[in-house]
Amino acid sequence: MSATGLTGRQATGLRARRTRRARSAVMVALTGVAAVCATLPLLFILWHLVSTGAGVLGLDFFTNTPRPAGENGGGMGNAIVGTLILVAIAAGIGLPVGVGAGLYLAERRGTRLANGVRFLSDVLNGLPSIVTGIFVWTLVVRPMGHFSALAGGIALGTMMIPMVARTTEEMLHLVPTSLREAALALGYPQWRASLSIVLRTASAGIVTGALIAVARVAGETAPLLFTAFGNQYWSTSPNQPIAALPLQIFAYAISPYDEWHRLAWAGALVLIALVLAISIVARLTTRGRFAGANGG
Amino acid sequence: MHGVSLEIPEYQVTAIIGPSGCGKSTFLRCLNRMHETVPTARVRGRVILGTQDIYAPGVSAIAVRKRVGMVFQRPTPFPTMSIRDNVAAGLRVMGERRSRAETDDIVERALVRAALWDETRDRLGSSAVALSGGQQQRLCIARALATDPEVLLLDEPTASLDPGSTQRIEELVHELRGSVTIVIVTHNLQQAARISERTAFFLAGELVEHAPTEALFTTPADERTEAYITGRFG
Repeated sequence: MSATGLTGRQATGLRARRTRRARSAVMVALTGVAAVCATLPLLFILWHLVSTGAGVLGLDFFTNTPRPAGENGGGMGNAIVGTLILVAIAAGIGLPVGVGAGLYLAERRGTRLANGVRFLSDVLNGLPSIVTGIFVWTLVVRPMGHFSALAGGIALGTMMIPMVARTTEEMLHLVPTSLREAALALGYPQWRASLSIVLRTASAGIVTGALIAVARVAGETAPLLFTAFGNQYWSTSPNQPIAALPLQIFAYAISPYDEWHRLAWAGALVLIALVLAISIVARLTTRGRFAGANGG
Repeated sequence: MHGVSLEIPEYQVTAIIGPSGCGKSTFLRCLNRMHETVPTARVRGRVILGTQDIYAPGVSAIAVRKRVGMVFQRPTPFPTMSIRDNVAAGLRVMGERRSRAETDDIVERALVRAALWDETRDRLGSSAVALSGGQQQRLCIARALATDPEVLLLDEPTASLDPGSTQRIEELVHELRGSVTIVIVTHNLQQAARISERTAFFLAGELVEHAPTEALFTTPADERTEAYITGRFG
């Protein structure tokens, strides 16, 4: 054992440390690759959509209806407007019912009804969207005798309810009970403490959740197949079949025409831009003036 | 809790002391019926405010809470509201319509009473959570005072504050005596001795002794009180 050399124990220690470090480096690299893989699809999709679809995008695309096969040009103006109408109907149904249900779940937590509703809305959340479509077809389209924007909106709204209900409940839970107590101690009745203090404190989070739900249903195709059905012409009537971006993309993508394929890509680009825009708005609302559910 | 009989004199500061879990806060919450918000809680007995039993049938808890304000251990400003709206929060359920100017007036008076006006007069519209912990607690006191309650309940109001903020709250309590009846629960015996006229000592859900503060601290009648204030337990 010399003064400069290593003892046996030190040498083993050094070797062990090297293996440990090497293993750590490999694991960090692997998780890094996984992290990149998680975002790669989005980047690829965006790149592909822009490179194939952007060329077709012009004023025509946003203002015109589809043209018959063989004719060049034409657009998806009716489908863009149709999607907006469908989403508006869906939000009109899904938001009030969803927020109300979420409020009930949070206020009456632990009761049998609340537990049942929570379980069922989780099941509904996982329900394949085509099943929702069939359900609304039986419930609305059959009795009405024809496809309609209303049926499509109901289908999308049905999907929104459990999503909105669960996020509302979660957001309300982040509000400290001390705030409710403070309101009650000021002489607030229960319902007022719930609405003007607890719900208001959670509102930024609820708005975010609602926008994410809107963004999700805006891109749904399956529930619209036999409810809204699609439409080659301008229609804004809730009583008539209506065009929707996802439906139009589907119809064009499975067609044999190159021109229609390009239009499908452009439609997909517009759809994804719409969804991204909603998501970004959702992000921004959480940074509102007095936002933040648990400031205090 | 059982066998508690305590007279709380008007316009004075009454301190409630005792070891953790002795029922100080529970007792305090009985005084504005806040303990009813706990689902399993129940109450027997009477609490007379002025001439009225607040537990008499037909008396609403909401009406009681409008007459008896409360401030909690941790500051509870409403995070979505501005400083002004926080102070005005209680006014909105008082059932009278007020013009903006009247409300502003009440807000100013409440903030002056809570010794917070000078620090907030230029920023009434900004978020209440931007204030420091001590300021938030004074804001909560201002919020409770805005509706002009007869009684103010303070549940360990300085437990989460630094010494400087604690001192400001104590000064504030001192200034408020004479205009509002104050009941303060505190863990801090020196605080009770400094700011209260009367002190009540609770132990294991029972009221052991209550007396003018000086008498209780210098010549306690009960040996358990003596043991507690001399630091032998609790």
